[in-house]
Amino acid sequence: MNVLDFVNAFFSDSAHWHGYDGIPQRFWEHLQYSLLALAVAAAIGLPVGLLTGHTGRGGNALAFIANAARALPSFGLLVLAVLLIGFGLLPVMIPLVVLAIPPILVTTYEAVRSVDPAPVDAARGMGMRESRILFRVEVPVALPLVLSGLRSAAIQIVSTATIAAYVSLGGLGRYIIDGLYQRDYEKVVGGATLVAVLALATLAVFWAVGRLAVSPGVRRR
Amino acid sequence: MIRIDSVTKRYPDGTVAVDRLSLDIPDRSITVLVGPSGCGKTTTLRMINRMVEPTEGTILLDGEDSRRQPVTTLRRSMGYVIQNAGLFQHRTIVDNIATVPRMLGWGKQRARERAAELMERVGLDPSLAKRYPYQLSGGQQQRVGVARALAADPPVLLMDEPFSAVDPVVRKGLQDELLRIQDELGKTIVFVTHDIDEAIKLGTMVAVLREGGRLAQYAPPAELLSHPADGFVEDFLGADRGIRRLSFFPSAALELTTDAVIRSGAAAGPAAATGAAHLLVTDADGRPLGWAAREEATAGDVRADRLLPYGRPFTPGADSLRVALDCAVLSPVGWAVAVDGDGRVTGVVSQQTIGEAIRAAHTEGRADTEKAGVAE
Amino acid sequence: MNGFFDIPSDLQNSWAGLIGVHMREALLPVAAGLLLALPVAQLCGRFRWLYPPVLGTTTVLYAIPSLAFFVVLIDYTGQTELTVMIPLALYSLVVLVPAIVDGVRSVPDETLTAATAMGLGPVRRYLQVQLPIAAPAIVAGLRVATASSISLVSVGALIGNQGALGNLLAAAQKYDRPELAVNAVLTMAVLAILCDALLVGLRVLLTPWMPRAGTRPRPAAARDPEGALR
Repeated sequence: MNVLDFVNAFFSDSAHWHGYDGIPQRFWEHLQYSLLALAVAAAIGLPVGLLTGHTGRGGNALAFIANAARALPSFGLLVLAVLLIGFGLLPVMIPLVVLAIPPILVTTYEAVRSVDPAPVDAARGMGMRESRILFRVEVPVALPLVLSGLRSAAIQIVSTATIAAYVSLGGLGRYIIDGLYQRDYEKVVGGATLVAVLALATLAVFWAVGRLAVSPGVRRR
Repeated sequence: MIRIDSVTKRYPDGTVAVDRLSLDIPDRSITVLVGPSGCGKTTTLRMINRMVEPTEGTILLDGEDSRRQPVTTLRRSMGYVIQNAGLFQHRTIVDNIATVPRMLGWGKQRARERAAELMERVGLDPSLAKRYPYQLSGGQQQRVGVARALAADPPVLLMDEPFSAVDPVVRKGLQDELLRIQDELGKTIVFVTHDIDEAIKLGTMVAVLREGGRLAQYAPPAELLSHPADGFVEDFLGADRGIRRLSFFPSAALELTTDAVIRSGAAAGPAAATGAAHLLVTDADGRPLGWAAREEATAGDVRADRLLPYGRPFTPGADSLRVALDCAVLSPVGWAVAVDGDGRVTGVVSQQTIGEAIRAAHTEGRADTEKAGVAE
Repeated sequence: MNGFFDIPSDLQNSWAGLIGVHMREALLPVAAGLLLALPVAQLCGRFRWLYPPVLGTTTVLYAIPSLAFFVVLIDYTGQTELTVMIPLALYSLVVLVPAIVDGVRSVPDETLTAATAMGLGPVRRYLQVQLPIAAPAIVAGLRVATASSISLVSVGALIGNQGALGNLLAAAQKYDRPELAVNAVLTMAVLAILCDALLVGLRVLLTPWMPRAGTRPRPAAARDPEGALR
């Protein structure tokens, strides 16, 4: 099959493994963009999701914000940002963060809301402070679902971070964009494969984090 | 003592869950709040540890208004057990039990030791310590719930229908355990249930609440059974109130007769003279074997395979009149067999004699406010 | 903001025309994705072991950037709308399969047992019991698929101006007319919100048995289908 030939050719070309346009370099750049965007989105989405989930208030506002954010086209936001701010890292981060916040926010909210109320009631009756209840009782049980929201956001970021290349930045999108303009399909397919590999690696990382962080008492349910 | 003083709970939409309730809950005993759904029993319980705030009235703990102290301090001084235990599924059993001690600042080691101690006290196998809640049965989970509530040794224990979610056999075991623990520890327990039999079995004092959160009657269970305050309480107590009340009459005073008892191998002798249709045959140790027809016994022709089963024996002093009556009713010959603590026969008594004793006890009003043995 | 609606002539379309093309390019793939997802989800439901590998494959496929897909397809379908729509259908499939599977799984066992005991065969059960109860989860999946579809169509601008409203973005850069980019972003956002609202309305129509938001509080253990997906 054509595509597989391309993949083979791309990875076996030793020139592709060195230099500023080499696979390790591009991979690393892509990883950086993704991690930064995920960190920012989590820093916003997690606390808001946890708080609204615990108190139960603001669910409607949350749904509205999430839907509005989902409606904004990433590519459009990128071009707009570049036109208004100019080239650089910031205009790339904006669409990525906007993309990633809804899944984190909404899933975290849902996760905390769906925790069995009985242990929460028992904890309150024992005299636990609200903050302690959230972090010691609700979060450990909600963790699997929260992680799935983060994972979903991570995958979307990894995929969309390719747009960085559109504004002359690096990352794996470089191969795809360059390949498109140079009519070099090897590069396009190679770049896409690398993104897929990174996505798989992300899944693996989240699986490992889940095994480590989620209590065996919760995993069984 | 916990004093509930004219407490009312009214919700914003107008529903009155508790209506000017006044109760004095004595120390070191089990007080049961019982009633149909919507009678406010759970709401009342939750007002004691301020999970719900009263709209009017006060709750005084040993004379002090419960609102004086910070609510978390108040709650940490009370054990709270709910239906379905509400265990933390992400923590091991031992860590579940150690929760309040850890919150109070105990060291990990000390808290875990205490947890192990409590597991033993509530009858949990120590091997369950490192397991997670999902690996335990319903009854075991409830025991963990009780252990968790007792961990910091609070003087007060609040229990909200803790045994309702388990099957009747397990429930009976848990109730017996609670009574045993109470004997050992002497806590002030406020217990909510919708099951009147559970209330009668466990309660030293029972408060019957009617819908709308009003008190119908507050009395020891024996008095509840013998003198229900009104039609509602009577209905709630249900049928066979009289029979159930017999659980409160001791059987120690029953007149037993040994005339109708013979040792196997011995001659009939005086037993034959009683005129009883059957004689109880015991073995060399005095333990019951069965009933033999008088003719066979006198003829010295007692055959083991022709003995009628002696049914269930009762222990006078430990068992109530109700148990004695039950034994007599179940016996194929209509006589109950009385045994001592070692299972040796101390005498037999006829259903008739028991009936007379019941009448006498009623007339003399000689009912213990403590139960004479395990209520059936 | 004059020139906001002034579409450059090389795009060969009016603003309204672009909207039409965009909607076609975005919504047809979602419909196709739904049609394909139903049987796939049914298979995953029937053969439990299929689900994890299917999920893994679809996650990876979802991760592959749309542009890469478009480029690979150019060889086969040229620089046309179809090139854009095929990967979008795939993405919709990726979102909808888990949505349908989760929704069908959320049907309580007792309900299914009752249906079987009443004599409903597997197909009837699927159509009359499981799908209707799964409707909220499916609609939630459709909302995500539609939103991302509308957004991704714009990337088509990079392969020969097949991005409908996305073409405005390229034009904005080419002619240095930021207002065109604002136009594109706002229009796409409004379209996405409108479609979202329509889908919510659809869900309300399809599920008269569900409590409306703001009536009685739902039990904490129930999962609100929205947002429980990606």
